[in-house]
Amino acid sequence: MVLQELASRLQNDFSAALVRTVEWRGELSVTVMRDRLHEIAQFLRNDPAMDFDYIVHVSSVDWPDDEERFEVVYELYSIRKRHQIRLKTRVPESDCVVDSLTDLWKGADFMEREVYDMMGIRFRNHPDLRRILLPDDYTEGYPLRKDFPLRGKGWRDTFEFLDETAR
Amino acid sequence: MAFEDQRTTVYKIDPAHPESETLPTLRTEELLLNMGPQHPATHGVLKVILELEGERLVKSTPVLGYLHRGVEKLAEDGTYHQFIPHTDRLDYVCAMYNNFAYCRAVEKLMNITLPDRAEYLRTIVAEVQRIVGHQFWLGTQALDIGAMTVFFYCFRDREILMDWFDELCGARLTTSWYRIGGVERDFTPSLLDKLKQFLDYFPPKIDEYQVFLETNRIWVGRTKGVAIISAEDAVSFGLSGPTLRGSGVDYDLRKAQPYSAYPKCEFSVPLGKNGDTYDRYWIRVLELYESVKIIRQCLEQMQDGPIMADVPSVTLPPKQRVFTNLESMIQQFKLFSQGFDAPPGEIYCGTEAHKGELGFYIVSTGGGKPYRLKIRAPSFIHMGAFDHMSRGYMISDAVTIFGTYDIVMGECDR
Repeated sequence: MVLQELASRLQNDFSAALVRTVEWRGELSVTVMRDRLHEIAQFLRNDPAMDFDYIVHVSSVDWPDDEERFEVVYELYSIRKRHQIRLKTRVPESDCVVDSLTDLWKGADFMEREVYDMMGIRFRNHPDLRRILLPDDYTEGYPLRKDFPLRGKGWRDTFEFLDETAR
Repeated sequence: MAFEDQRTTVYKIDPAHPESETLPTLRTEELLLNMGPQHPATHGVLKVILELEGERLVKSTPVLGYLHRGVEKLAEDGTYHQFIPHTDRLDYVCAMYNNFAYCRAVEKLMNITLPDRAEYLRTIVAEVQRIVGHQFWLGTQALDIGAMTVFFYCFRDREILMDWFDELCGARLTTSWYRIGGVERDFTPSLLDKLKQFLDYFPPKIDEYQVFLETNRIWVGRTKGVAIISAEDAVSFGLSGPTLRGSGVDYDLRKAQPYSAYPKCEFSVPLGKNGDTYDRYWIRVLELYESVKIIRQCLEQMQDGPIMADVPSVTLPPKQRVFTNLESMIQQFKLFSQGFDAPPGEIYCGTEAHKGELGFYIVSTGGGKPYRLKIRAPSFIHMGAFDHMSRGYMISDAVTIFGTYDIVMGECDR
C-alpha cells in the first residue's frame, strides 16, 4: 500500500486518536494518543490490508521542554506488503507509562526493556520489565535523558583526577 | 555392615504409603547455572542464567550489558562526521558494514545521491566485508562445537582480505573507510588485482569448508534439528538476516528496499526450510558464493568517475586538496568540528549487514549534531529470541545457539 493510502485509512478509522501525521523522506510517521496506542497497533498488525507483522525497533526521544516530555517510537514493517510506518506516542514525565506491545510482537520484549533502561518509560503489562544493558541495581537514573550528563554520574564523580595545570 | 545399614534406611518403605514401595522417591529440583560472563563461546562478554532440569534447558535468561559503552549517548555529543569511527566499534568484526549503514542513514537525512562509482565501490567493499564476516562466523561457530580445523582454514582466507583492507584504508578492523556522501579513497590497480585474484582463489575454498563440516558427523548431529524456530515466530521476534531466512522468510533488504549498486547486480537470496542451525549455516555458505558473484558483476560494470558526491556543504573535500589548499583545509576543519546543518526531521534507514538488519534512526532538530541516534542492532534483537529457541535443548546446545546468531557483543550492548 502506498503511504498516502495508509495514512488516509488510519485517518478514517482513527481520526479521533491521531495527533499528527507526517510524511518526510518517503517515510510515514503517525503520532497517536497514548491510550489508543495498543488498539491502533493491534489494528495495524491484524488488518489484512495493513499486515504489519515485523517490528523493526522501539525507541524513545526526550524533549525536556515539552509538556509531554517523552516520545516512544515504534517502527513497523510488513514483510508481505513491503510497507513501513512509524508509530509514535507522547508520554508526560509525571505519568511515564505506555501500554506494552509485547502481546502483538514478541520481539518488543527486549526492545521495550531497553527503552525502560535508557529513558525510564514504563510499559504496562510487560512480562519482565527490568533493566537490560545497565546493572539491575543501577540507581543513577536513565542515561539517555537529556538531563543526564555525558560524563556520567555517581561513583565516577568521586575519581580524583590529576590537576594538569599544576605541573 | 554400616554400608548396608545406610542403604536400608534410605530405601525404607513407608507403611503409610505402600504405593511408594517400588519407587524410592528422588528429590528433584531445577538447577541454576551461570554461563559466562567469561566463556569462550559467548563471543564477547555475555552471561546467561540457565535453568536446568537434568541436562535440559527449561529457561534461559540472557544478562546483557557487559560491553555497554553508551554509544548512543556519545553520538548526541559529536557531529555526524565524528560518529563514523564509533560505528567501527559496534560490530568490530564487520566495521565496513557499520560505516556503510550509518553513512546511508545520514545521506537519507541530507537527501544526497551518490555518483555511480562511489556506489559500486561501496557495494564491492560491503560484499568483501560480508565474506569476511561469514568466514569469521563459520570458523568460530565450528570451533564452538569442536570442529577446529575449519577455523584455521577460514582464518587463513580471512587474513588475505584483512591485508586487503589494510592496503585499502590502513586498518584491519576499525576501518572507517566510508564517508558521508562517498568513500575515502579509490581502489589502486594493485588492490583491484588482488581482489580479482581472490575471487578466483576463493570459491574452491568454500567447497573445502563445506567438506570439512558436512562430512563431520558430530558437527552435523549438533546442528541439524537444533534451535528450530518457525517462520511465524522468527518474524514476530524481529529476527533478520540469515537467522530469519533460515526459517524460509524471504526478507533481504538488498532486494526488498534496493540500495547502492545492488539493483544493478543479479544475485539470489538463499532461503532455508527447517529453520534449524544447519539451515542457517547453509544459507551463509550460499551467500558467500552470491557475494563473489556480486563483486564480479560490480567490477565489470564499474566505470571511472568521482567517488564523492559534490555537495560541498556536507561532503569532505578531497584529501589532496586539504593538504595544499587553505580553503579546503578550513572547510574540512569546520565540517568535522561544527558539522553541517542538517534539516529538522527524523529518518530510519536499515541496511542488510551480514548479521541482519542494521538500522539507524536519527532525529535531527537542525544543527550539526544528531538530537537522538538509535541503533537497531541485529545481535541485540536476536538475543531476545534466545530463551524461546533454547527451551528443551541440551545444555551443550546453548553454545550452538549463540553461534547460530552470529552474535557480537559490541553491537549487542552498544
